Amino acid sequence: MSLKAFHILFITVCTVFVAGFGIWAWTQHGLQAEGPHLFLALCGFGLAVALPIYGIWFLKKMKAVSFL
Amino acid sequence: MSSVIPYTVEKRPDTGLNNVKIGIWLFLASEVMLFGALFGGYILLRVGSTEWPHGSDFGLSVPLAFVNTLVLISSSVTMVMAWASLMRKDTRKYKIYMFLTVLGGVGFMVIKSIEYSAKFSHHYYPETHNFLALYFTLTGLHALHVVAGMVVNAYLLWPGFKMWETNPQQFTNRVESAGLFWHFVDLVWIFLFPVLYLL
Repeated sequence: MSLKAFHILFITVCTVFVAGFGIWAWTQHGLQAEGPHLFLALCGFGLAVALPIYGIWFLKKMKAVSFL
Repeated sequence: MSSVIPYTVEKRPDTGLNNVKIGIWLFLASEVMLFGALFGGYILLRVGSTEWPHGSDFGLSVPLAFVNTLVLISSSVTMVMAWASLMRKDTRKYKIYMFLTVLGGVGFMVIKSIEYSAKFSHHYYPETHNFLALYFTLTGLHALHVVAGMVVNAYLLWPGFKMWETNPQQFTNRVESAGLFWHFVDLVWIFLFPVLYLL
């Protein structure tokens, strides 16, 4: 597996993580209004959108490089 | 009698891989076993415990750890960009991206040291509780890996870069292997963060 393939795997795992983190922070915001949880939830959801966009851009940029 | 090591650059016909690629993946497989055993220890201690504390009970800061996560994700992006720059033979961009990767590692360690010093100032040590024993073991071992990755990346940025003049393909392969290790270290953190800070 090349760095290109591993990077795509990494970005995929990170996307799942930040989406889960966003849900966790949103839930915490519902339980306790004070604190940075709303901001953290927005960061998590924002990254869950941004990372796949970056991943597609990266795949297009590295089209010529092998996955092996 | 002189001998030449085969497959340092070209791929072996039977495996389709060169030496450095197969070497780094064998090493990463051993790393999976190492961290897998520690995660297994965490699961056993947690399910065997009647009461398990939350990370916040010991003052673990989720925002600080989230910033550290962003630092590591960013440094993985700059690492892969450094490798891509080398493949385009753009050494100026390679050096910029690799420097940013090393800087990301430094940033992670600075934040981690702030977190550790806060624990020690509250007299939280590994012997205080099983949770803290796991926290210090897992994050400490991970931090050692970050330092090791930083040393390798710094070597490839400064003294090791002279190989680019003599054998650019082999140097590019070395940077790719360093990138695979760096991604693995970052991936471990992506699992450590929810386990220690959120769950």
